[in-house]
Amino acid sequence: MTDQTASDPLTQKLLERAAPSRAEFEDLVIVPIFAVIVALAVGALVMLATAVDLPTIGQSYVALVRGSVGSLNALSETLTAAAPLVLAGLGLALGFRAGLFNIGAEGQIVIGGLVAVIVGFSFAGLPWAIHLPLALFAGALAGALYASIAGWLRAATGAHEVITTIMLNLISYRILDYVLRQPFVQREGRADPISRSVLDSAQLPGLLTWIDPNLRVHAGVFLVVLAVIVVYWLLFRTKVGFEFRASGKNPDAARYAGIRASFIIVAAMACAGALAGLAGANQVLGVLDRASPGFSAGIGFDAISVALLGRSHPVGVLFAGLLFGALEAGGRQMQVDAGVSVDLIGIIQALIIVFIAAPLLVRAIFPWGFRKSEAGRNE
Amino acid sequence: MVAAQDISHSQRIGTPADRRARITGVVLIGLALFVAGVFSIGVTGDATFRLSRPNDVWAIPNLVLPAAPFNYIIAAVLAFLGARQFLRGGGRWTTLSLGIGLALAVAAFLVWATAGKAFSLTGMLQATMVRAVPLVLGAITGMMCERVGVVNIAIEGMLLAGAFTGALMGSLLGGVGGLIAAIGIGGLFGFILAALVVTYRMDQIIAGVVINLFVLGLTSYVSSQVFAEHRFLNNAPVFRAYKVPILGDIPVIGPMFFNQNLFVYGALVMVGVATYYLFYTRMGLRARSVGEHPRAADTLGINVYRTRYINVTVAGMIAGFGGAWFTLGSVGRFDENMTGGRGFIALAAMLFGRYHPVGALMAALVFGFADSMQQKLALLQTPIPSEFLSMAPYIATIIVVAGVVGRTRTPAAGGKPYIKE
Repeated sequence: MTDQTASDPLTQKLLERAAPSRAEFEDLVIVPIFAVIVALAVGALVMLATAVDLPTIGQSYVALVRGSVGSLNALSETLTAAAPLVLAGLGLALGFRAGLFNIGAEGQIVIGGLVAVIVGFSFAGLPWAIHLPLALFAGALAGALYASIAGWLRAATGAHEVITTIMLNLISYRILDYVLRQPFVQREGRADPISRSVLDSAQLPGLLTWIDPNLRVHAGVFLVVLAVIVVYWLLFRTKVGFEFRASGKNPDAARYAGIRASFIIVAAMACAGALAGLAGANQVLGVLDRASPGFSAGIGFDAISVALLGRSHPVGVLFAGLLFGALEAGGRQMQVDAGVSVDLIGIIQALIIVFIAAPLLVRAIFPWGFRKSEAGRNE
Repeated sequence: MVAAQDISHSQRIGTPADRRARITGVVLIGLALFVAGVFSIGVTGDATFRLSRPNDVWAIPNLVLPAAPFNYIIAAVLAFLGARQFLRGGGRWTTLSLGIGLALAVAAFLVWATAGKAFSLTGMLQATMVRAVPLVLGAITGMMCERVGVVNIAIEGMLLAGAFTGALMGSLLGGVGGLIAAIGIGGLFGFILAALVVTYRMDQIIAGVVINLFVLGLTSYVSSQVFAEHRFLNNAPVFRAYKVPILGDIPVIGPMFFNQNLFVYGALVMVGVATYYLFYTRMGLRARSVGEHPRAADTLGINVYRTRYINVTVAGMIAGFGGAWFTLGSVGRFDENMTGGRGFIALAAMLFGRYHPVGALMAALVFGFADSMQQKLALLQTPIPSEFLSMAPYIATIIVVAGVVGRTRTPAAGGKPYIKE
């Protein structure tokens, strides 16, 4: 734009690709930082409005930091909270890349977790090396199948996945309630809907229990790292990944290029569901040890924010998941230390997404943080 | 070679309409078998439907149906419709047959569930109308936005905001004050949505999701932080039912339409007003043109941005009114996430109603029926687990969206930001 040599659009495009421009840096780094700051500031205003006094607000933000990164236990909690968010967020990111707005991670987590629990408490006597992978795989498969329903409906009838996945979420809660009351699932001697405990051979082992048995971080973090790598490879190094991205960028062009749209929709939903199912399995096999109503705890919805915040890039999702995990863990500390409801975190998260998804808004609020002449960039 | 293949291919499968007719036929015959096999065999006793209440002015006798014969007849009709579709197919009969078939299947189900017992049909229809209120208002909200080219996923959040504000301000200022505040807060979120997508060109679906998240977070936060301690802030008066003289005494439909509270009447009036506005006024024509072809509208001197702002804001106010139903219209108290996905069912109702307010009312009544049916059937103690009954509205939504959406024409400019040149 200011560069004289880059006057014609093609040269400029090539130049942009060769070296990430200042604009990209602004979008990837400065906008998220501003977003977090503004969100925290608005959060403080919300607390003020609900008659929380200033020292308590200060105290709660100190607790937020202390509870997320302030100690070994805090870090362990952050990682534990981040793991399912990253896994489900990766799945959603995959869907977003393929042009599918899948809101169904919650339901896929429920179904995946439920099936993983059932596999986890059945098959007594299997060795650890078989039982754990089996339970994880069962959870992923169940999530994939459940998500494929929405994918198939979209491909076959054009039913919008936003509505169908939300309905499938609501249905999954009822399925969970129902299955948890079945005699072969319900814990013996309990009247409330709660499943049997996962056998030791199917549990994701704790990583730091040798330091302190209360440190909850578990082997699921390796699963997360693996998933980030696999999704990156899938999206950017394989033909299917290319087809996902092409369909997402321009469905018509992709169709004319011979990409099977229906197949891509179902495949992308199945991959997304598998990752969400894995997130559910990760929760029940690593943290909760059993399934009960509401065990998904809204992870599937937070994962939407994580995927959006991570710009649907695997590495971005990893960092976004860590941030949200930290907020989650810090939020609990905040509730304990300052008596501020953990629901405040939900507000902060939503605000972060607003500012990330509307860079124009951040630029309007902080005009001095950015280079001038942005008009040309926003197509 | 290729052409020859094409012909044989198309002869084998036929036109899409034929294929659809055949699928419909198979579905109907399947329903017939199901009704005959499950709802008829071994069912004894009469199903008694109460049509009027003890102290009604014009009492009419109960509707008593012998369960098994009635369901065999329904199965036969279903089989006939199915066979006709399968063999002859064709035209507009397909959709109609499917609609009639599904309605008959539901009737058979009700008769089966009620066999040997008695059941108040009037009460259920009244509940149907009540439960349709947030859905029809939400659907009109979605329609007003979508007709100007803004996809509104945030209906859920707007309803929730209306419910919350209704409870809070209703507790402080009384019912009317709460209602006005709820409408205002709905308008505010409508305006925010418009600002995000029109001025800041945010992705419309993301903007909607974010508003939902934000409202859910804010209302949950305040209700656990403030309402838990100060209960008087969450104790709003409820609008009582008002019976329209004479009309309210008509059997069956009287209680359904004319013995309800403010919200039901408001929703019915809104259907009329929205229809008139969208299709019979200059403003409405302009709004629709903005949704179809904003550039052409702009060229003709219509202010696209202003039209979108106004319509989305007014739509938000309608959703705020619908949201107040949850608190001021029924329980007077706000609970976390009390809308429970109704904003999305409203979206489905909008699609089912083909972007027309009257259609949306019909669709909302269908969902309201599914909703009230699951509640009433829980009292009848059918062998079906309650969890499955409570899935009914959601499954109905999926079926509707899958069955109808492909054939609905959406406003052409929906989902795209408009950038003035």
